[in-house]
Amino acid sequence: MEKFAKLSGVAAPMPLINIDTDMIIPKLFLKTIKRSGLGKNLFDEMRYDDNGDEISDFVLNKPAYRNAQILVAGDNFGCGSSREHAPWALLDFGIRVVISTSFADIFFNNCFKNGILPIVLPQEDVDKLMDDAGRGANAVVTVDLENQVITGPDGGTIEFTVDAFKKHCLLNGLDDIGLTMQKSDAIDAFEEEYSAATPWV
Amino acid sequence: MSAPKTLYDKIWDAHLVSEDEDGTSLLYIDRHLVHEVTSPQAFEGLRNAGRKVHAPDKTIAVPDHNVPTTLDRLEGVENEESRIQLEALDKNAKDFGVHYYPVDDVRQGVVHIVGPEQGWTLPGMTVVCGDSHTATHGAFGSLAHGIGTSEVEHVLATQTLIQTKSKNMKVEITGKLPAGVTAKDITMTVIGKTGTAGGTGYVIEYCGEAIRDLSMEGRMTVCNMAIEGGARAGLIAPDETTFEYVKGRPHAPKGGQWELAMENWKTLFSDEDAHFDKVLTIRAEDIAPAVTWGTSPEDVLPITGNVPSPEDFTGGKVDAVKRALEYMGLTAGMKLTDIQIDTVFIGSCTNGRIEDLRAVADVVKGKKIKEGIRAMVVPGSGLVRAQAEEEGVAQILIDAGFEWRLAGCSMCLAMNPDQLQPGERCAATSNRNFEGRQGRGGRTHLMSPAMAAAAALTGHLTDVRDL
Repeated sequence: MEKFAKLSGVAAPMPLINIDTDMIIPKLFLKTIKRSGLGKNLFDEMRYDDNGDEISDFVLNKPAYRNAQILVAGDNFGCGSSREHAPWALLDFGIRVVISTSFADIFFNNCFKNGILPIVLPQEDVDKLMDDAGRGANAVVTVDLENQVITGPDGGTIEFTVDAFKKHCLLNGLDDIGLTMQKSDAIDAFEEEYSAATPWV
Repeated sequence: MSAPKTLYDKIWDAHLVSEDEDGTSLLYIDRHLVHEVTSPQAFEGLRNAGRKVHAPDKTIAVPDHNVPTTLDRLEGVENEESRIQLEALDKNAKDFGVHYYPVDDVRQGVVHIVGPEQGWTLPGMTVVCGDSHTATHGAFGSLAHGIGTSEVEHVLATQTLIQTKSKNMKVEITGKLPAGVTAKDITMTVIGKTGTAGGTGYVIEYCGEAIRDLSMEGRMTVCNMAIEGGARAGLIAPDETTFEYVKGRPHAPKGGQWELAMENWKTLFSDEDAHFDKVLTIRAEDIAPAVTWGTSPEDVLPITGNVPSPEDFTGGKVDAVKRALEYMGLTAGMKLTDIQIDTVFIGSCTNGRIEDLRAVADVVKGKKIKEGIRAMVVPGSGLVRAQAEEEGVAQILIDAGFEWRLAGCSMCLAMNPDQLQPGERCAATSNRNFEGRQGRGGRTHLMSPAMAAAAALTGHLTDVRDL
């Protein structure tokens, strides 16, 4: 997994609430057996018309946001299907941070496994960043994971919280399977005791 | 004496391998269900790292999302990408030695129907799958939830999952359900009240007389859509109904093991005075047959209602409703029963079980579906299909004009040939009415099997109680 420490980039506003993972990456693109190459189909049905041409007023099609690395989104981003293709598509497009008032549980976890930082903020902070993002390519936002602070284009700062373990893994690009395997003795011991107590499992 | 625990607390504690100071925990996983869409990258990861599947005997693979449901499917899958994905599952299941129900096995079906049917899902277990509707298995009093592909790989490699504990939420449905009102109406009504983010951060325990009165099929329908309310999982304490369902299934415990298991399972309930962080109580008599009008599962109303207006809402929902009405081609204020449909889809992990097909047959018996309506019934598994044929349910459906399909996810998510065309409107027994869910530009109204059957007869959304 690619490390995430600090990033300065353009933030794109997506104020719509309840953006689900079917919107982020529609099902016809789930037929891949790879993790890569999904960026071109990110938000496919919102981004392209029936002929496959770009819909010009969709935010990521606007010249200012074509290289956005941060999304500022409405409530409950990433709800619905568990498909990890959603963060894969975001990452492949170049998005490394998503900011919202709330995220669906599975999507939130999936982001951390792929070097994407999802940040939960109170409504007023999201509103402020949504306004900032609306200012286009000049509105560069800086996200500093180490210090847990976002700096807006006007120099204002917003602090955010993040789970300590998830932060550690992101900062260091750690593969958590490797970390868990270091606990294989504990897993083996648990298994032995557990299967003796519940032999039918 | 230890502090009173919820059912979720008990299952959590019984599976805790280790816990760090910050609450990050390693949870042991009893059953790992695998399908073809969210697993290929996980198996590839294992191969690349030279890792094995830690517990192949606890891992069950079934193809369901991509499989065609037409009778000719064994002649081959036309779509190349689908075929590659199905072939990858076949190879991975065989190479890694996990339990496997291939497309030509009568036991194949939607993974969340196959697991319980085969007795893989048992009370008190932890069950995961790379699929959000894993919540279904909570009906057995097991902690069951969807995971992403990285987590699928983690479970394959270690049989554990890194988790932080959720909060406890209780949803109580008191009293008895009125006639014509079903498990689907309960679960949709709950989501209508909590919203799609109301359960975020929680595990929901459903309880109350109306829940106790449900069959296992009905309980699975209720828990299935816990995810649509944002909850990590939904569960129901096991009771005689549960034990009766489980007993005798191929992978259920037998003989002395059964007695031992029963001793354990009878401890699986929330203690009196156990703490819930959030409680929602609904009177069953206040629940009516429910339908969705918008593009979020929280857009729920009783069938007697009218399409709402954006002005009825506040905050970000105003724009979301404007967008939804435009997408759905609906006018604020129109009666829900005036919404004309083109298609009816009966099936999915929400409502593809035998009881659901019987409910449809009860409504359409001796009648014909409205001319011009395309209606299909997709049984949740090959065994559900066989049972419906044996009971005569299938013939009733065929005589009424339904297409009688083979098992799979079908039009619930349209990754296979079963899709809506742009602008087509569907009465569906599935779980998601998102934009494009059943096909680009397709319009979905969620409802119970009985309500979908009623719509099939009249050609518009219909209160099944009026038939």
